Amino acid sequence: MNEVLLLTWVRSTGLSIATGIFVLGTLWRLIEIYTLGRKPDLSVPRHRAAASGLHTLFRRSLPAPGMFIRASASYLAGYVFHTGLFIVVLLFAPHIMLMQSLTALSWQGLPSQFIDATAVLTLAAMLLVLVDRINNPVKRFLSTFEDYAAWALTFLPLLTGYLASRHLLLSYTTMLALHISSVELLLIFLPFTKLMHAFTLWISRWYNGDINGHKGVPS
Amino acid sequence: MTAHESLGERLIQQGISRRAFLKFCTAMASMMALPPGSAMAIADALSKTLRPSVIWLSFQECTACTESLTRSYSPTLESLIFEMISLDYHHTLQAAAGFSAEKSREDAMHNAYGKYLLVVDGAIPIKDGGIYSTIAGRTNLDLLQEVAKGAAAIIAVGTCASFGGIPNAKPNPTGAVAVSDIIKDKAIVNISGCPPIPAVITGVLAHYLTFGELPELDDLGRPKSFYGETIHDRCYRRPFYDQGKFAKTFDDEGARNGWCLFELGCKGPTTHNACATTKWNGGTSFPIESGHGCLGCSEPNFWDAGSFYSALSMPAGALKLGTAAAVAGVAVGAAVSVANRAKKQAAQSAHRTATIADLKE
Repeated sequence: MNEVLLLTWVRSTGLSIATGIFVLGTLWRLIEIYTLGRKPDLSVPRHRAAASGLHTLFRRSLPAPGMFIRASASYLAGYVFHTGLFIVVLLFAPHIMLMQSLTALSWQGLPSQFIDATAVLTLAAMLLVLVDRINNPVKRFLSTFEDYAAWALTFLPLLTGYLASRHLLLSYTTMLALHISSVELLLIFLPFTKLMHAFTLWISRWYNGDINGHKGVPS
Repeated sequence: MTAHESLGERLIQQGISRRAFLKFCTAMASMMALPPGSAMAIADALSKTLRPSVIWLSFQECTACTESLTRSYSPTLESLIFEMISLDYHHTLQAAAGFSAEKSREDAMHNAYGKYLLVVDGAIPIKDGGIYSTIAGRTNLDLLQEVAKGAAAIIAVGTCASFGGIPNAKPNPTGAVAVSDIIKDKAIVNISGCPPIPAVITGVLAHYLTFGELPELDDLGRPKSFYGETIHDRCYRRPFYDQGKFAKTFDDEGARNGWCLFELGCKGPTTHNACATTKWNGGTSFPIESGHGCLGCSEPNFWDAGSFYSALSMPAGALKLGTAAAVAGVAVGAAVSVANRAKKQAAQSAHRTATIADLKE
């Protein structure tokens, strides 16, 4: 198989399989999680819980008092790579074309030089969180294979995308095929790993905030 | 003119000045990315060289490769190609027909066995013994194998001869293949393109005549000097790609402003060719300059690489599993949910209230 055929395969059959597994897995996991349900809490609320859930959505994105100093690498690099991923994935013109073809939604992209710079920063931030995870004895102890796999599944699309756009290492065609393949791997494993937090994040934060508010814990 | 005349003698006879000849050699050196001083070496070698015999075989093709070479503006660098070579056999261009045409091929092979250049345009059908394309009652496969035996080198002109091209596209009913799929023991240079750029054919021949060997090739057998970079790398619309300015349709404001055609399906980023620098029609323009995206015609399997009008980042085909996956996802989710609830209920049913007596045990 030559590089053009490889690229065509990942753009057609490969993408079809990957999106199929992604849709199947995501619906499966979401339905499974949200039908688990909880026992109704019959206790009298200690605090009006109405805004606790909503407040927690945002509050949990900020470090707890004193934590920023103690885990500055985690917070700083975490902010940079999550924001960077958002920009690179959603605001790069070729990616918008893909979203448009899948969802019919389209929006304005950013100049590719800006995306390039953001990708470099994001890659650096991701390397930093990996080094921090390996160097910090507590984080290393808590880390499992899944944590490293989730990191690699996120890092590879970013790396191959940058190499493809800068025409580095391999021909653009081959690197683009590798880039799309790595995205397909991410799509396939996302619903079945911790990466699923991309979907569950907001609702679980709201849930925690709401329960805590009911118990009188400040959100 | 005979094949025993040198090119220099022939040019003098035709009244072509030394100055014009040097301009040609300088252009060749420039196109092939050779050092400036090599123009004189090319001029020296070409003026002394004897014209090599060339046999041009046309198989499953549309003659656009020949059209490309002969229909360029005049006077051209390409017109000089016919001064450099002795074109002894070419279906479309030769005067001879029928048995005499085939005899001219046999004579050329006999007179310059081991030294002639073989140019091939068109793919070769090999299914069912190659019966889907025949010349003078012989299959293309048979003819290619015979003529290739005595060739010094083979030049596969056009994407069909280089990679199978359109005849090789799915479902490929004739089993069409490229020259390199059949001939394994000869030097082959692929000059791909549908059609290929005339100056590239000239450049490769000039290189062969000057240095006695084929130019440096890429991993697909194409001369690196012409196919070393992508159309996108050299496209004058590239700054618009970098700025994120794209034409959305062929007649919108972006298209009128000459913005990048990536979103309209341009395959420039994955296509290696010299169109953006050498251009077509005597340097007038190339497809992107005329407002249409690159089709990627100089790459293998370009016909099967998805729609010409889908951006490279878009799916190359319909994503067929979407609906089935969604239904299956809901079904699996529901089934797991029911199983979880049953498990929970079973646990609740099996629950025994602990008593003081239990705690004492």
